[in-house]
Amino acid sequence: METFADLIECEDVLLFVNAAITSTGQREFHGTQAEQRLSLRFLHSYIDGNYPEIYAATLALEINDHNAAMIIRNLLVRHAGDGALIAWRLSRMAPQRVYRLFQDLRRLGVNNRRTRAIIAGWLSGRSDLAFDAVKYRTALKDAVRHAHLRLEGELGDFLFAPRGRTRFDHPLLDAWRRAHYEKAAVYELPYTVAEGFAARHGIRREVFLERIAPRLTRLERMRLAESARDQGVEADLAAMPLVRLASYALSLPFRTRARRRAELTAAFRASAARAAGTRAGTWGRVTAVLDDSFSAFGSVTKRRRPLAVAVACHHLLEALAGDYRGLWLSGGDDPLMAQPTGPTPLGQRIIDGLETAPERLVIVSDGWDNAPPGLAGEVLRVWRTRLDPDRKVSIVHVNPVYDAGGFEVRRLAPGVPTTGIRDAEDLPVLVELAQFAEGRTGLAELRGYLAERAAERVAGR
Amino acid sequence: MIDLTGLETRPAQTWGSVRLVPLVRREPILDLRLHAKIYGDELSVVSLPDKTDYWAYVPHAFVASWTGDGTPAAAYGTQIDEPARRMGIRTRRRMARRVDRNRLRFLPMHLAVEGYLALHFNGPEIVWEEWSRRDLSPRVEAVYSGAEISGLADALRVFEIHPGQCGLMIYVADSLAAATVVPHPDDYRALHPTLIHDLYGELIHEYALYHPVRDVPAVLDTSGVASLDDLRAAAERHAREWASFHDTTMAAGMLSSPGRVEEIYRFGPFRLSRFLPRFEPQRENHIGETITSDGGRVAYLKTFRLSQAQIRRGYLLTRLAAHDWHIGRTAAALGTTPEQLGLRLEHAGFGHLLRQHVLDHYRKAAKR
Repeated sequence: METFADLIECEDVLLFVNAAITSTGQREFHGTQAEQRLSLRFLHSYIDGNYPEIYAATLALEINDHNAAMIIRNLLVRHAGDGALIAWRLSRMAPQRVYRLFQDLRRLGVNNRRTRAIIAGWLSGRSDLAFDAVKYRTALKDAVRHAHLRLEGELGDFLFAPRGRTRFDHPLLDAWRRAHYEKAAVYELPYTVAEGFAARHGIRREVFLERIAPRLTRLERMRLAESARDQGVEADLAAMPLVRLASYALSLPFRTRARRRAELTAAFRASAARAAGTRAGTWGRVTAVLDDSFSAFGSVTKRRRPLAVAVACHHLLEALAGDYRGLWLSGGDDPLMAQPTGPTPLGQRIIDGLETAPERLVIVSDGWDNAPPGLAGEVLRVWRTRLDPDRKVSIVHVNPVYDAGGFEVRRLAPGVPTTGIRDAEDLPVLVELAQFAEGRTGLAELRGYLAERAAERVAGR
Repeated sequence: MIDLTGLETRPAQTWGSVRLVPLVRREPILDLRLHAKIYGDELSVVSLPDKTDYWAYVPHAFVASWTGDGTPAAAYGTQIDEPARRMGIRTRRRMARRVDRNRLRFLPMHLAVEGYLALHFNGPEIVWEEWSRRDLSPRVEAVYSGAEISGLADALRVFEIHPGQCGLMIYVADSLAAATVVPHPDDYRALHPTLIHDLYGELIHEYALYHPVRDVPAVLDTSGVASLDDLRAAAERHAREWASFHDTTMAAGMLSSPGRVEEIYRFGPFRLSRFLPRFEPQRENHIGETITSDGGRVAYLKTFRLSQAQIRRGYLLTRLAAHDWHIGRTAAALGTTPEQLGLRLEHAGFGHLLRQHVLDHYRKAAKR
């Protein structure tokens, strides 16, 4: 028997998961950075205070790194959480974020035995600590100090007494030493470190980029693809995750997008096919309503992020569906040429979408329905209550934007589940999670689901 | 009446205490184009033909370009100039001035505000014994710039411009603060940011601080809905209902506002004119300026909502003028005594028009 408290808990948890998937504490179209951070901080302490076990278990879900770091920090502060799950989540996080988390812990004075063990465990899992010592020198130094570790061999000297040795055996460490006076050694270092040395040696940017090109990481390559095109830096587009690829494509001028249409489309297809995997073509008739209104611009710190998510979802759904239709709010039909402009007539487009008689309707929007406000909710309500009471058409709303004022992603209608989304690749999982929000499954199932995911994560390591 | 034929009302967008209602033109006007000329932060003084000076904060001017034969005109100089860094006073000749054969420079809003300020500017036409020999000079009114209206900047920033949009009605706490109409969607897109430089009355400034508004969510009548077509029809009906509610209820006060229209300038097939309201206390009163084409169709419109004190001043001046500035007759027409009228004049800031001993006498009489 479900109690009222169970329902509230279920709702709170989903609300938190949605927030943890979408919010990055950065400025959004409708909210400032301070609002976003304040709102998110409150939500974390609310969930942590009321449902501590669930708070720890959410680490197993597809929440973003920013929130995962916040959760881990809060857990370590109060000696809670499952160490194995924390370790698993840390192993999936970008190293610079992990180091920042360790520095945070140091600043907060969190130095219990468990924290030290987790830091030591994570460091021992790094494939090449010498690389970290060069690239994240200060951060690694802080972590080592904080966890009272003693590094083996020359690594300790490298960090704490680099002048004590005339040379290092590890080629990377030695390259760092030589880079101080030898230009050629600069190009053996990671890009971010080499950039500083290049400035010190006064190496011309073009020359530097041309020679450092082989050492660039995948993301650095993508970031530099436009500014260093002449130096032969080319991004491997097809290997990129969908949303990153979409962000990149949308950042190009229209003329360039038109010129490189074949290349970009092929990259989208390849990336989508990889993300769809074995599920490709299994979703039947799918219609998507995609938001390219002005608010899809996001903010200057998250440029065109909501639009990029919509473009990415478009390509993924195309791969997942047997028969796919994508409807843009502006009425355009070319996702490559999408631009954030115009109002948000969601209601009208949802009617258009339902008219195509799909098996699934996916709405990708920030939920600021304004032409007219609330019509989308009304349309969905009428559809659910009068036209499709048996729920033959499955409708899901995915929302890439956290609404700081509402402590949640904005919803469209009570009868239609809304879930936050960050990476388009998570879409199939999110649709699975959305069924909890629809009220068809209860708290016991939700707790079970969380426990199962956590066990899966820990076992799969 | 202001004739907004050709402009369709679209759903409002709400932010804080501000409700913005877009107006969309199906067919843009092609033979008249507007662009902004940014002047900067310094005080401006405009010399008027009647040898008086008009001093005000004028952040920008509009330049209208037109063609006489109906062929499309181009918006002249689409760049926005950097405001000059130095402080100083700019002098400009006249409110509306032809800068080229087919370009007209005018100071938006100030045309209308000057019309209001110059109302019976010369003071009493017949100098009855109660009146001192002074005129209304200088007449001063204070207004707020859009940047000072709380939440307006954010509301304009997050506003999503509709395709084909040529105008905007700004409501603060659901009272109409200003209306803007331009000839072409491209002009609107370019001039949307200048709305923050426009003038807003004291009333609007107060309302914006204390009265947040909410979206009016759409509610569909679902009793007869049996198919998607019915649903679509219900949605369209809702859109029509909103438009007619807005035009006949929310904006009615402004649309019926003009009491006196004064033509300023005639160029090509267009007229630039300004209007004053009937100055009815306890009602919405807007002053404004329009550019109308031959058929009376509005190509350009900008309005300013007067505050109650401003309405009172305008009301008193027009009443006095209607009765040849005779205190007794005016008081009788207003259903009050000369003493009361004298005090009302003083409260409205026109005390200096009355002779000192007359005013003292009125004060004494009121005390008894």
